[in-house]
Amino acid sequence: MMYKTWWKILAAVLVVYATVWGFLSSAPELPIIRESIRNLYFHVPMWFGMIVLFSISVFYSVKYLGSNNPDHDLRAVECINVGVVFGMLGIITGAIWARFTWGQAWSFDVKQNFAAIALLLYFAYLVLRNAIDEEQKRAKISAIYNIFAFPIMVVLLFVLPRLSDSLHPGNGGNPGFNAYDLDSRMRMVFYPACIGWILIGYWIFTLKYRVRILEKNNL
Amino acid sequence: MNFRKLLQMRKIPATALMLLFASQLFAQGQEPAVTDSLYASGKIYVVVVCVLLILLGLLFFLFSIDRRLKKIEKNS
Repeated sequence: MMYKTWWKILAAVLVVYATVWGFLSSAPELPIIRESIRNLYFHVPMWFGMIVLFSISVFYSVKYLGSNNPDHDLRAVECINVGVVFGMLGIITGAIWARFTWGQAWSFDVKQNFAAIALLLYFAYLVLRNAIDEEQKRAKISAIYNIFAFPIMVVLLFVLPRLSDSLHPGNGGNPGFNAYDLDSRMRMVFYPACIGWILIGYWIFTLKYRVRILEKNNL
Repeated sequence: MNFRKLLQMRKIPATALMLLFASQLFAQGQEPAVTDSLYASGKIYVVVVCVLLILLGLLFFLFSIDRRLKKIEKNS
């Protein structure tokens, strides 16, 4: 799978399609959000990409604990490395979007705060790894940390924001896009965008992982 | 030979050329959907082309890294 080309081309096609139609397709005309509703095609796929990468990372962390294969640890950490970049893009695009729709880039909205904490959780993972010199110990401790961090991240992003008021759709008193805003025209762009960006994220992960393997074999 | 003489010599091609331009003018009038749309008047296509160029450039970059990695993997 990692070395095949067809899904890379699919990813490229989906992302190009979603970008072009993200600008040109018609979207519901809503007050305040106006044309910035198109950010849905760019901001949300970043988060989906991050979550998928973190899920793959947990998969390999669990696998590592069973196999003690250092390659599984490498896969886990490279997934986190790429996922964190996607998360940062998500949080920055969210802040830009918020600046022009909620009035402030950072209004200490629960969704924003918890998203930031979720990212810090994974920064901590990367710092923790660098703090341990012995390779096996590093791999084992970070695998366990990763397995615990994942459900906490899910709770921070998808459970806690729902319990209090948030400006973000899908949280607090705000119905999600699914309720009425995301009509069939938007779905035609939104779903391909999500699949495309998830594949792009996975692709970058495989590239980074392959570089690490080469480094390991040659150095 | 100046331009006017050239046109006089080739009357039929010149007429065809003018008709071509003229037909475009008519076509614009016949498709109000295009000219009326927000995107045509707002020049959003310029942005789309720029973003598309950047995206294609980045994707090309990814493909080329992939190709080079494959080569190195084969050699090692």
